[in-house]
Amino acid sequence: MKEVNKSVPKKDGMGLTVGKPAYTEDLAPQNALTVKVLRSPYPFARIKNIDTEKAEKLKGVKCVLTYKNVPRNIVTRAGQGYPEPSPHDKFILDEYVRYIGDEVAAVAAEDEVTAVEALKLIEVEYEKLEPVLDFERAEGHPSIIHPEKEAHEMFPTGFNPSKNIAAEYHMSFGDLDKTLKKCDYVVSERYYTQAQNHTAMETHSSFAYVDINGRLNIVSSTQTPFHARRIVGEALGLPLDKIRVIKPRIGGGYGGKQALHGEFLVALVALRTGRSAKLIYTREEVFEATYTRHPMRIDVTIGADKDGNIKAIDMEILSNTGAYAEHALTVFMVAGSKTLPLYNKAEAVRFGGKVVYTNHTPAGAFRGYGAVQGNFALEATIDKLALAVGKDPVEFRVQNMIKEGETSPVFKIMGEGTEGVDMTVDSCKLEYCVKRGMELCGWKDKYPRKQIGKNKVRGIGSAIAMQGSGIPCIDMGSAVIKLNDGGFFNLMVGATDIGTGSDTILAQIAAEALGVSTDKVVVYSSDTDLTPFDCGAYASSTTYVSGNAVYRAGRKMKGLIEKAGAERFGVSKDEVEFDGEFIRTKDGRNSVSLSQLSTELYYSNKQKQLMVCESFCGEVSPPPFLAGFAEVEVDLETGKVDLIDYTAVVDCGTPINPNLARIQIEGGLVQGIGMTMFEGVKYGENGKLLTNNFLQYRIPSRKDINKLTVEFAESYEPSGPFGAKSVGEIGTDTPPAAITNAIYNAIGVRVTKLPVTPEYILMELKKKMK
Amino acid sequence: MKINLKINNINRDIDVEPGEVLYDVLRRCGFTSIKKACGTSSCGVCTVLLDGMPVPSCSYLAVKADGHNITTIEGIKEEADRIGKFMVEEGAVQCGFCSPGFLLTVIAMEREIENPDSQGIKNYLAGNLCRCSGYEGQLRAVKKYMGVSE
Amino acid sequence: MNIKKYLRPLNIDEAYGLLQSKNAVIIGGGAFLNLGNREVETAIDLSKLNLNFIEEKNGEFLIGAMTTLRKLETSSFAKENFDGVITKTLSCIMGVQLRNTATIGGSVYGRYGFSDIITTFLALDAEVELCNGGKMSLEKFLEEKIDRDILLKISIKKDNRKAAYINMRNSSADFSLINVAVAMKDNRFRICVGARPKRAKVAYEAMSFINSSEVNEETALRAGEIASTTLQFGGDIRASAEYRKELCKALVKRAIMEVIQ
Ligand SMILES: Cc1cc2nc3c(=O)[nH]c(=O)nc-3n(C[C@H](O)[C@H](O)[C@H](O)COP(=O)(O)OP(=O)(O)OC[C@H]3O[C@@H](n4cnc5c(N)ncnc54)[C@H](O)[C@@H]3O)c2cc1C
Ligand code: FES
Ligand code: FES
Repeated sequence: MKEVNKSVPKKDGMGLTVGKPAYTEDLAPQNALTVKVLRSPYPFARIKNIDTEKAEKLKGVKCVLTYKNVPRNIVTRAGQGYPEPSPHDKFILDEYVRYIGDEVAAVAAEDEVTAVEALKLIEVEYEKLEPVLDFERAEGHPSIIHPEKEAHEMFPTGFNPSKNIAAEYHMSFGDLDKTLKKCDYVVSERYYTQAQNHTAMETHSSFAYVDINGRLNIVSSTQTPFHARRIVGEALGLPLDKIRVIKPRIGGGYGGKQALHGEFLVALVALRTGRSAKLIYTREEVFEATYTRHPMRIDVTIGADKDGNIKAIDMEILSNTGAYAEHALTVFMVAGSKTLPLYNKAEAVRFGGKVVYTNHTPAGAFRGYGAVQGNFALEATIDKLALAVGKDPVEFRVQNMIKEGETSPVFKIMGEGTEGVDMTVDSCKLEYCVKRGMELCGWKDKYPRKQIGKNKVRGIGSAIAMQGSGIPCIDMGSAVIKLNDGGFFNLMVGATDIGTGSDTILAQIAAEALGVSTDKVVVYSSDTDLTPFDCGAYASSTTYVSGNAVYRAGRKMKGLIEKAGAERFGVSKDEVEFDGEFIRTKDGRNSVSLSQLSTELYYSNKQKQLMVCESFCGEVSPPPFLAGFAEVEVDLETGKVDLIDYTAVVDCGTPINPNLARIQIEGGLVQGIGMTMFEGVKYGENGKLLTNNFLQYRIPSRKDINKLTVEFAESYEPSGPFGAKSVGEIGTDTPPAAITNAIYNAIGVRVTKLPVTPEYILMELKKKMK
Repeated sequence: MKINLKINNINRDIDVEPGEVLYDVLRRCGFTSIKKACGTSSCGVCTVLLDGMPVPSCSYLAVKADGHNITTIEGIKEEADRIGKFMVEEGAVQCGFCSPGFLLTVIAMEREIENPDSQGIKNYLAGNLCRCSGYEGQLRAVKKYMGVSE
Repeated sequence: MNIKKYLRPLNIDEAYGLLQSKNAVIIGGGAFLNLGNREVETAIDLSKLNLNFIEEKNGEFLIGAMTTLRKLETSSFAKENFDGVITKTLSCIMGVQLRNTATIGGSVYGRYGFSDIITTFLALDAEVELCNGGKMSLEKFLEEKIDRDILLKISIKKDNRKAAYINMRNSSADFSLINVAVAMKDNRFRICVGARPKRAKVAYEAMSFINSSEVNEETALRAGEIASTTLQFGGDIRASAEYRKELCKALVKRAIMEVIQ
């Protein structure tokens, strides 16, 4: 392999580093109208009256939108495949506002100052309704958050809005109660996770204009341009051929830009005024009015026999989707489907629960979606069980975890919103990951704890994780490769590079398949008019799903080139081969450079365009695996926890670009560490988000991260492009469990609620001492 | 109000509102390399150099900069290319949104501190948040660039 | 921030005069002011008043109000005096970008509860000089109701006291949950506790205890306990009052022990 498993510099790296205009706001026309949104100050209210006259009369105001003058089509903004597993419960603007930050009205004006001024002139009379702020009391609450008759599910998902239930799901195999009864060791615990915010550095941005042909063009910081086109069409009642969505460079997504945010509004303004219109979210809007990770309550019970073999697992979840049910079902199901197969020898497994509506900022997709929450609960409970059994938790994991060539009944039973697919894991180097990780972190010396001076104790903890590689039988990616004169290629993909470097790694895959060097492949991605379809950047799908499409296209193009060469030499196709630069006959008598051949093809000899299109939709979703190890130091007098070191050994199959794969893991780890240790979410009494800016919501800074050690296992996934699996999400999964397990090992305090604050630790320590 | 800014060594007379911050003024003048992520001087993404020192342009009143030198990435192409190369080779540029502000801060650090060690680098760059990279790649790149071995 | 008029007075009296008008504010670094959506009628920029200095005069260190945090932090004065406690304190605050912007004047006049530097200045027994109010101790300044005055400089006696500063944060770039500065001169301690979350205070009872005891871990902890019961603590989104009290004990102890090292 020459072009893959190679740290090719990211194609757009230099341009981005030196600040070339590339992101949505950089590209918006200078004279674009500025769109600003009036947002609800109440968690739940009905708009009794809304008067926009004064705002409309303000000089410079071009358009004011309220629920009264926008199309009333109910959609889900989730940005998923179709039909969506998320219920349709959102209008562009509605008479009801369902959380503090929900859209009441939008203004488009010549400049930002005028737009903000106009917002103040809109007079709204609200009928305040009793909000549902405690998700544990949402079900059956007298306030019904979605009373609208139009709200509906696309297929059975347990949607029951009259009870504030957005989704419900239950599965089981084996006889759980009976199996648990037979177990020698049974442990249970209840966990809570918080509404972590993605905090991509670029806020959600979009602009729209109507082009010369009267078509609506939307440029958006979206992870899902094709879904965006479909959903905008649905919401505005526009035929899809009238819409084009373009994704430029994106300043980070992590799932937060899978859904639609400003697109409806800029589109409507552009259509109504004929002017281009832009909407750039403020940081507060991102916090209050985009998405969060689903906060969950997770109950786990696990039982093992006297030899420490896990026999039964029970996981019950209550998930809080906030005011709209984007990703309600899928994220909740993934909490089970991407964790339970880790312990595939359990004879009885039960998983289930509900996702409820509340009057909080909606939750949505977020890197590791569900798997992070589920992993925290499962892997913390595994540690607890290992201790009960009397085994080293790492050895206990190795004894019970899934191995190469094995399967789990969960794969078939649970998919994402639907049934899953039966599969064996053909590549699983988890055992190597665990062993190597133990060596790297010095487990044997350090487990479980070491006293460091009088007031400090160090502890070490572990967790393992799996993810998926795309949603099988649903996610589709496709690629077009075009040969140009001069012998270089255009690779056109719908796949969405959101900063991950997918344009680069897809070019590497294409180059490897073609046998050329990566710099001969020019990538253009994510433009619904010009690139073929792709579901978008989510569910860890790009490398595997889009990558496989690219691989196929590359191979097919190679065949076409050889065929064209054969025609030129007047021999049969089997007699020629393309070595990346020259097309030769195998007997060595004839050869022509690709550059020469392609120029002839377009100008002088048997003229025709060589171009191929291939698609891929996975039948399986091979999981990447990771073993994570955290070493912490706890200050017994203050409760402060310092993360000394985090070690992760990863099986992602072939890392197509080892440098970029490493950064995916490191970045994922730090997001997981942030969720575990720093990113507290606080609400005021009325449901107002208090942690709504970077002063109050603290993501880790580089001073908070001491040391990360990341290594990759040698692994090859037979169904992946050149052996690759996904790597984008798995880094996020283990920190909550590994760090809290390390804390337990250090001081005997089991953290069950995130984030771990020093206050929590000290107060628990005090309780223990009493 | 009329102010005079020497932006990347070119003097400019600019009309600004007294309450306007540097970020808005510089973007308006076409310096789109400058990005904004928080608006509350909490992330370093909007960093520009004011007389060689990193300041948050999102919170720095343009009128306060009257008569001073401003440097953006556009003004130090060569240095940016030099450091950028290390960043890209390390794979440390992900979405890149934090990169221009980060690079400017590295340049200021290079001028301000002699022979920093890892901890010194971390401390100096602590105000530059990055949500993508996990920081380690940036640190590796800066250490290589500055020839810091440990 | 929306500003109608932005003025750079050339002398202090003029600045003071302007400050008395409606909706007038002094602009220091402007970093904190920028956080709110304030409507300002007259913004008064002090940059023409020569308040950007760090100097030593008659046995006192003088720090001009327009000195940035970063300039003070990196000054040889801050590094070489009082065990480097001023440098140490300032380097805890956010990043260099903010510290290049925020001024000592804004940081002290703002009298923020979370302030790091106020706690340290208080332990060093700093004095403030106001345009109208004249010279007074920082301690008094923190308690008085002072409005519409201009802070000109901070002065600190060059008395070679030893000092230590310790703070606790949920993450490194967050505000302090609590911070403690302890200084010692002629075996007499001064203990100050800030971010309670209210403004920093001097812990007199704790001081009188430790000043009359032999200093060791035990008495230092006792001093911390006294501080935690005699000072008032509150809760906010960062921590509860109860936790702050616990931290007060440990941090006061540690700061005392650091000072006597
Ligand atoms: C994101 C962020 C994080 C911060 N984190 C911390 C932290 O962790 N610890 C910490 O201690 N501090 C912190 N601060 C506060 C910072 O250190 C400064 O104290 C603050 O910015 C005020 O300084 P300034 O020069 O910007 O003042 P300005 O914003 O200009 O002014 C603040 C107030 O003081 C008044 N003022 C300014 N100068 C004078 C003067 N000479 N005379 C009279 N009145 C005056 C102004 O009118 C205003 O009311 C933080 C600030 C920000 C923005
Ligand atoms: S955008 Fe200015 S510091 Fe964050
Ligand atoms: S690279 Fe995306 S925020 Fe730093």
